[in-house]
Amino acid sequence: MAGISLRKLRKTFGTLTVVHDIDLEIADKEFIILVGPSGCGKSTTLRMIAGLEDISSGDLVIGDTIVNDVPPKNRDIAMVFQNYALYPHMTVYKNMAFGLELRHSPREIIDKKVNEAAEILDIAHLLNRRPKALSGGQRQRVALGRAMVRSPAVFLLDEPLSNLDAKLRTAMRAEITKLHRKLDATFIYVTHDQVEAMTMADRIVVMKDGHIHQVDTPQALYDRPVNMFVAGFIGAPQMNFFPVAVARGGTSVRFGDRELPLPARLSEALPPGSADRACMLGLRPEHFHERLPVDVDPAMTAEMDMEVELAEPMGAELHLNGVLGGETVIARVSPRCQARAGDRITLIADLSSAHLFDKKTEAAFGN
Amino acid sequence: MLEQITYALIVVVIGIAACFLYFWGSNWLLDRLLQTSPTATGTATVRSDRMRTAIRPWLFLAPALLFMSLYLVYPVFATLWLSLFDRNGVHFVGLSNYIWLFQDPGFQQSVFNNLMWLIIVPSLSTGFGLLVAVLADRLWWGQIAKSMIFMPMAISFVGASVIWKFVYDYRGPDSTQIGVVNAIVSAFGGEPQAWITVPFWNNIFLMVILIWIQTGFAMVILSAALRGIPEETLEAARIDGASDIRMFFDIMIPQIFPTILVVWTTITIVVLKIFDIVIAMTNGQWSTQVLANLMFDWMFRGGGDFGRGSTIALVIMFAVLPIMIWNIRNASAEETTR
Repeated sequence: MAGISLRKLRKTFGTLTVVHDIDLEIADKEFIILVGPSGCGKSTTLRMIAGLEDISSGDLVIGDTIVNDVPPKNRDIAMVFQNYALYPHMTVYKNMAFGLELRHSPREIIDKKVNEAAEILDIAHLLNRRPKALSGGQRQRVALGRAMVRSPAVFLLDEPLSNLDAKLRTAMRAEITKLHRKLDATFIYVTHDQVEAMTMADRIVVMKDGHIHQVDTPQALYDRPVNMFVAGFIGAPQMNFFPVAVARGGTSVRFGDRELPLPARLSEALPPGSADRACMLGLRPEHFHERLPVDVDPAMTAEMDMEVELAEPMGAELHLNGVLGGETVIARVSPRCQARAGDRITLIADLSSAHLFDKKTEAAFGN
Repeated sequence: MLEQITYALIVVVIGIAACFLYFWGSNWLLDRLLQTSPTATGTATVRSDRMRTAIRPWLFLAPALLFMSLYLVYPVFATLWLSLFDRNGVHFVGLSNYIWLFQDPGFQQSVFNNLMWLIIVPSLSTGFGLLVAVLADRLWWGQIAKSMIFMPMAISFVGASVIWKFVYDYRGPDSTQIGVVNAIVSAFGGEPQAWITVPFWNNIFLMVILIWIQTGFAMVILSAALRGIPEETLEAARIDGASDIRMFFDIMIPQIFPTILVVWTTITIVVLKIFDIVIAMTNGQWSTQVLANLMFDWMFRGGGDFGRGSTIALVIMFAVLPIMIWNIRNASAEETTR
């Protein structure tokens, strides 16, 4: 069993605190992804779990033992580094076998495990090469293989795909997900790429400035972000925000000289005495339509005019960048839409899917 | 005194001015002579452009080539020539200098001593240098220690010998001993000795001086190489479960091995030419003779024997040559992999 608990985990470098007393429960065999912008403390957290960084305060529990002072080799973990960190002077075989050799595993076992891993990762033909003679994708596989042969209970992956080109990254994403299922181990994965997080994770941990903002499944994060940061970070193109004020006892909001209806879900979540409260209304790009969709209540929509500044055809959809009511927005519409840069177009905003955040605390209402 | 300083300054100024004049003037001349006239056809322009770019590098190389030939290439051939003649360089004697050389006990002693120097000094200097480079990074006073160890690099071999002469000093059985080694020996109840006259071991005592100097060099280069090891490979090894010792031998040493080789061979070349320390400490007495000092003895002492001196010089040159070539190859190979 290799559930992992982070209890009030803190990391300070001198006077600088980079991880602030975070709590997190990771279930056995879960695929969990730490995501956030650069410098949010996600890599430091991973390195603390690995034992490469000392824990300033708090406890790290793997299984049911506190491992704060347990050296990395005794934590039953393996790590895949961003730059692969292959030993340049060893062959692929040696790279993968090194950890087992250090544990004095018998020759036959080492041979069997290395060959198995090489088979799974499709690098069996590269075993006698040195890392220098491998492409980025192949090196990545070797790094994965090196972690696999030790059959650890926990895999730690630190931005393993960020040095690969876009196409390879997509392919490797799927492979790592499959690998997780096959290996039956806990995966803790760090990335700054929310697409990786959304596509691979069982649960996502969104971090910023050393704090955890939200922990949830990918879809739940997308549908019910707890604050503006999570709402803006998850989803691409990102959510549009409009400064509004609560009106009519919470059943609608004022946006400029317009009045927009608010769904019951949000108006009921507003605390009493919220009249005129300054809020931010969040609308994802796909909640703008050229014409009214059949499954949307017309009462919960508003027609809004947009000045198109840039139309980006994506093939399956069209991204319209422009200005709407003085705010910069991105709308995601059908590729058949004829609007081009410079056009003025009327879009229907579906407010039944809107999010509402307090302007001061940035916390979401109704989630 | 003042006159000398002024004189030196004038020479420096004239020297720099001459260099400037040469480089600027020759380039100006080249541009003038191969000027493309505005009326010239396309092919003519291209041809003169080509010629200009072909000639220009030689203008820059010429002074260096001239001095190299004058002071390096010419002496090699002159030495080769002299080695076939008698002591005054007058009568041709064929290979008899070489025949004499290989039968001379002094030469055999020198070759043996040189071989000892070759084995002991590079290995210990590189070993100690590596040790200090690794350990110093773990101590808060590591930087200070490194500076102290590097300092002897700044001392000339002769200066170092003077220092170590005091260390090994011996003042006769009845006088007060001022040498550090003898002081330590006496403190432990031993008998003071004239250390540099003890056969065989005195060779080692002389080598200590060069090791003392070269360890700093090895340390600086290896320290930089150690810094160049990607931190992630060390972390990966830690997670793989490597102990500090395994990490050092299995991960760090292999990654800096090319640098170790370069350091090793560089010190080897210094050792092959070893001369100053021996001449300053013992002048080759008490069986400490080495090839370079032997050459110096035959060439310039006791009336001088140009034939035999040149012969020994050539032996030294041919001994250094292969290591030199290998060293240069290694260094450039290392550069291309970066």
